[in-house]
Amino acid sequence: MMIKAIAMRDVLLNRIWEAMEENEKIFFVTADFGSPILDKIRSDYPNRFINVGIAEQNLINISAGLALEGYTVFAYAIAPFITMRCFEQIRVSLALLSEVRSMNVNLIGVGAGYSYVVSGPTHQCYEDITLMRALPNFQVLSPADHISAGALFDRCIETIGPKYLRFDAQVLPVIYEAGAPNLNVGFHVHRQGSDICLLATGYMMQTALKVANSLSTSSIEVGVVDLFDIAKFDNKAMVSLLKNYKGLVTMEEGFRGRGGVDAMMFEFIARQNLSLPLLNLGVQGGYRFELGSREELHEQVGIGPNYIKDAVINFIKTL
Amino acid sequence: MSNLINLADKADWVWRETLAIHRRAPETRLASSLSSIEIFIALYYGGVLRFDATNPLTSTRDRCIISKGHGSICMYPILADLGFFPAEELLKVCHTGGILGGIPDPIIPGYETVNGSLGHGLGVGTGVALGLNRKCSDRNVFVVSGDGELHGGANWEAIMFASQHNLDNLHLIVDNNKISMLGYTDDIISHGSLASRLGAFGWECYEVDGHDVYAVRDKLIKMKNTNHGKPKALIANTLKGRGVPGLENAPLSHILNPKPELLDSLLEK
Repeated sequence: MMIKAIAMRDVLLNRIWEAMEENEKIFFVTADFGSPILDKIRSDYPNRFINVGIAEQNLINISAGLALEGYTVFAYAIAPFITMRCFEQIRVSLALLSEVRSMNVNLIGVGAGYSYVVSGPTHQCYEDITLMRALPNFQVLSPADHISAGALFDRCIETIGPKYLRFDAQVLPVIYEAGAPNLNVGFHVHRQGSDICLLATGYMMQTALKVANSLSTSSIEVGVVDLFDIAKFDNKAMVSLLKNYKGLVTMEEGFRGRGGVDAMMFEFIARQNLSLPLLNLGVQGGYRFELGSREELHEQVGIGPNYIKDAVINFIKTL
Repeated sequence: MSNLINLADKADWVWRETLAIHRRAPETRLASSLSSIEIFIALYYGGVLRFDATNPLTSTRDRCIISKGHGSICMYPILADLGFFPAEELLKVCHTGGILGGIPDPIIPGYETVNGSLGHGLGVGTGVALGLNRKCSDRNVFVVSGDGELHGGANWEAIMFASQHNLDNLHLIVDNNKISMLGYTDDIISHGSLASRLGAFGWECYEVDGHDVYAVRDKLIKMKNTNHGKPKALIANTLKGRGVPGLENAPLSHILNPKPELLDSLLEK
């Protein structure tokens, strides 16, 4: 049976809402950012819901203070603003302080990559992976559909510490029809292939599957892997996965060559002494103000399915 | 009356100890640690704060968040005196293996949060005050901030938030020494009257001579016992570098290090 796709945030907010009755430690803080399901939290638990207004620095500081008092905090805002507007507060009051205090703050950033496509580069988000993975004690979780996004609720409750959940704002097709992946591995193999493996995160998993299907019609079978835990995946499992391939392609809705998933995998390959050529695909050409659909913009900046398919074919030729 | 004598003597002792620490560790900032001494004496010895030196993070404590970064080296002798950590640590300030740095960190027993970067204490303290309020705790939050760091906008996000949510368990004490690193705050971004500005933001404001330790204590006790549904601020008017010739109220006092001979002669008195 097909599972109806819903927004990542709605599935997580619903799980939070369900848990708030029993779990009186949960506190929800938003920076004037909503959703219909958030209205349920606001009306049912007014004592543990607060809107700080359009003030992300205060969002983080209030969340830190609540966490110091033992609350499990979910802080919610648009992705570029909850990461970059208040990065200093995140660094000082969440990352540094978490080293010496037990604090559970879960930042939910909605609007990864080009999610807010017509809103332009202020609302688009291509730097967050780089910035958040630079904080050594942050979990950085980047799901590809609402099933895996919802499963992150358990991670948020069960592991104490600061986390960044990087959510798409659009409703994405379901990838995990059979159930959520094993979060502890940090990645999930969706498709085995020969020679080439596509390693994608977030929305780019959708693109990776499209590219793989398209290449398949040309009798090129590529592997497809969803990397959803960007900060801490199972290294051994990753090594044994990569050993099956002659080339790796990273795919992210973030700037290419700027310290994102591509840099992480270049470093991983080098440190593991793997002999594995890597093609890194990410946003090229810097900040742009052109309007277009997400698919159109993706083709323009080098992360659309057509661009990637050609790039992969050319990459194979070099191996 | 013995209590009165005690507070003044303590303040004098902490002033000397702070000079001695700076004499041993010139990397510390002296001037901004001399304006806030009476504030901390009133808080810790004046019966204002509830604390347990043997269990600094006990849930029954009042939360005292010291946002002033560099400018709270004077807390080191106070915390040692009260038994938060051994007094030997005072001899190892800024030294390998010590816990007391040029800027205090929350690894020091008695320190709540990270404040080397200015302008975070009030926001985090406001979150703590909200948490205590929601837990129906009667514990108080005190945040000690400089006036210079109030130039940072995040403070004012918290100031608006605290009055919106009627956090009358939150107490901001401004060490209003009116000098930041490069000069008088009035010449940089003047706060005008901080009391009237905070008042306009919905805070209940008090002012005091920040070097009259008894007056500071009396105001703090009054504030603690006044709950009108408003957060409260005490503007403590102070002198940066107080008592050190060449440093006191000098516009560049933040980055001036008095000569060792001067410190020695002051300590001998």
